[in-house]
Amino acid sequence: MSKKNPEYDFKWCPGCGDFGVRRAIELAMINRLEETGLPMENNVVVAGIGCSGNLVHLLEGHQPYGFHGIHGRTLPVAMGVKMARPELNVLVVAGDGDFLSIGGEHIGPQAARNLNICAVVMDNGVYGLTKGQSSPTTQIGTVTSSTPYGKIEAEADPLELYLTLGATFIASGFSGQPRELAKLINQGMDHEGFAMVHVQSPCTTYNDTYELMKGNARKGIEPLMYDIPEEHDVTDKGAAYNMVQQRGMPVGIIYKDEARPSLQQRVEEIKAKAPRRSVEELMDSFAF
Amino acid sequence: MQMRDFVVRFAGEGGQGVVTSAEGLAQASTQVGYHALTYATFPSQILGGPTWTQARVSVDPILSAGDDVDVLVAFNREAYDTHREDVREGGLVIYNSNDFDLEGDDRSYGLPIDELARSTGNNRAANMVIMGALAHLVNMPQAYLEQFVEARFRRGRANDDEIIDSNNLAMKLGRDESASSGFTLGDLTPPAMPEYPQIMLKGNEAICLGALAAGLDFYVGYPISPATTILVFMERNLVGEGKFAYQVSSEIESITTILGAGYAGKKAMTATAGPGFSLMSEGLGLGWMAEIPLVVVDVQRGGPATGLPTKTEQSDLLACMYPAHGDVKLPVIAVGTVEECFFGAVKALNWAERYQGPVILMTEMALAERVQNIHRPDLSKVQPERRLVYDGSNGYNRYQGYELSPMPLPGSPGAYVANGSEHDEMGDTTHLPSRHIQMTERRFSKLKLLEENEYEAENSDEPVVIMPWGGSKGPALEAYNQLRELGVPVGWYYTMLLSPLPPALLEELKQKELVIVPELNYQGQFSGILRSQGVKAESITQYTGLPFKVRDLVERITEMANSHPKEMVRA
Repeated sequence: MSKKNPEYDFKWCPGCGDFGVRRAIELAMINRLEETGLPMENNVVVAGIGCSGNLVHLLEGHQPYGFHGIHGRTLPVAMGVKMARPELNVLVVAGDGDFLSIGGEHIGPQAARNLNICAVVMDNGVYGLTKGQSSPTTQIGTVTSSTPYGKIEAEADPLELYLTLGATFIASGFSGQPRELAKLINQGMDHEGFAMVHVQSPCTTYNDTYELMKGNARKGIEPLMYDIPEEHDVTDKGAAYNMVQQRGMPVGIIYKDEARPSLQQRVEEIKAKAPRRSVEELMDSFAF
Repeated sequence: MQMRDFVVRFAGEGGQGVVTSAEGLAQASTQVGYHALTYATFPSQILGGPTWTQARVSVDPILSAGDDVDVLVAFNREAYDTHREDVREGGLVIYNSNDFDLEGDDRSYGLPIDELARSTGNNRAANMVIMGALAHLVNMPQAYLEQFVEARFRRGRANDDEIIDSNNLAMKLGRDESASSGFTLGDLTPPAMPEYPQIMLKGNEAICLGALAAGLDFYVGYPISPATTILVFMERNLVGEGKFAYQVSSEIESITTILGAGYAGKKAMTATAGPGFSLMSEGLGLGWMAEIPLVVVDVQRGGPATGLPTKTEQSDLLACMYPAHGDVKLPVIAVGTVEECFFGAVKALNWAERYQGPVILMTEMALAERVQNIHRPDLSKVQPERRLVYDGSNGYNRYQGYELSPMPLPGSPGAYVANGSEHDEMGDTTHLPSRHIQMTERRFSKLKLLEENEYEAENSDEPVVIMPWGGSKGPALEAYNQLRELGVPVGWYYTMLLSPLPPALLEELKQKELVIVPELNYQGQFSGILRSQGVKAESITQYTGLPFKVRDLVERITEMANSHPKEMVRA
């Protein structure tokens, strides 16, 4: 919404990481507008359900198009928009619960298709909007309202998952660095294929990980976050695996494969060779 | 004896040419001016397994698959044992004597099908041997068959003559062999070639053509019997500028992908059957809520859960009308003939655009796989509709007011959030009671745009009427015609438009003492809906996985009409 809407009563908690992600997305869309000259209305933000999905209503300034649908289905909706209108820039925003749990079944197929969209996943390791249940990225053993005796299942490793499923652009970012994050999102948008930007976006109410991410020297807490060294070869999948399998939360581009054609490019190839027949011609094939 | 129609059932093992033979007979017959309709069932395995297909050939347009089998062509012993009982009294069995021998059935004779085909030098001519044999039984002139062979095999190849000669020879051998058996059925009345152009196709193919004629841009689907043929057709033929067809990973992907495409401005469709339809429930609610045009084709099969994947039933009506949680009622069009498959698809796409929401097009297995000759649709009469598109500047409230409003498309001014949560006029989430009232009323008010008085009515002054829906139309109409001849006073109503019903039709139905609804489900789903709208409706139900037999309907309608208490004679 471009101005204050008194009817819209949803608020993120003070300090929520999603504020920073929102700012990064606004910056990325403005950057894109300035770089391409395409209107803001050329952007479509497909949002999931949860705290993060509300981002689509909370964007400030010149408004893009938005789609705030049902839980877990951002990716197929984005596929519909993108394949219907390839000239549009389609951005997915979803949380770890929406994207990795209920929506997990859609990541593999879209990675395999190399659908040309950019997905920004706001990972806070908890279900916030339903008040603090465990999510796929909640650490094992964690006590939450739905795991009163500690979480039993192993936590998911989203970055390793994206690599395994064949995403052709994988970046990792932090909500506390909106300008740096905006750059990653811009590169994800520019990537001709399935771009994942996984963002640590802490929940100050149910799972405050700021200290874990940034560290605290006084308490002797080492930061999990570190900048990906410049010498990292983003085209080297083995190096990418090594990086994500080690402790710590890299910030930057982990992996990039620009050789694989996007779904759109493959569809265009097929269109060029498939025979086109009018409805009359098709009916002729049933005539006798 | 003169015959106006005859029914042949081909039964055997999958891969023995059962379907090819039935469809070949149907094609040959329509080529010379007869009408034809096939009715198929499938084996549940891919290769082998018992299967059968029935072809009905008639001088007149055909309404049903035919109650009785005049001739059974049994490719193996199991087929003979299974289907012998369905052959009418006075009917015949031709069995493949290259496969098994039979004694003690004086209405059967063997035909060495494979051997005769081989002797022509063309092993693939086996179904021509059968066609020749059948032609003898109903005294169909050899010239008709040769005309068919000419049309089918003249392809401009160097060996055309050779192929045509071998097929003609195969038919002659079959005919001679059949003649030497001494059996005949009668003389099929010579056909009158319809004066209009025709095409011959399956119900699902007609849906595809109708959708394309209405301007379909975007199709995704997931394989499921008996809807897969629509996906296969679209993957092959929905190509070109701005078009897209794709096999996605589940029916949840199907519905949500076309939601995205419909939102982006395209005419989008998917097709599925019961289990897939159930998975689409939430997405359909989203389409209704966010006001996104799209079409879902439900090719009904039998039963809940996996049910009867290869059998026919009409048991999804309630699910189609009320597919989702919350206050939702989707427009439903149910087709009853192959021709209606075409025009129903056109209507479904037009409705989706007109009211900006999801439309369900219902068909059923028996119709999906039926091959029938129909009047070739005149494309100049098809008028594709296009949604009302917003073309103003920014600052527009997409969901304003209590009625339909223009829809902005991404890329152009008028950005909004298409929202599945209850929303205000700009699409932002809200919980205000006044908004929920406004938006609920807005969504339901749009259904009024779909009220059209398109229905069939005959003898509409009768107080007792028959009103089937979907694929039960054919057998019900045939039963109705017989009942009128027998002097049973019943009227006839029919419409494809099940929801919203044509208002004038509903008014007429409300005046009736009894509306009899033949339908293939246990609960009597459509009569229940009619009763809820103030119509005195009762169902004739059947839940066998098979279509109605005309004979059964005649009997049950008569019984129902007779037991219905007549109005007291007023003094």
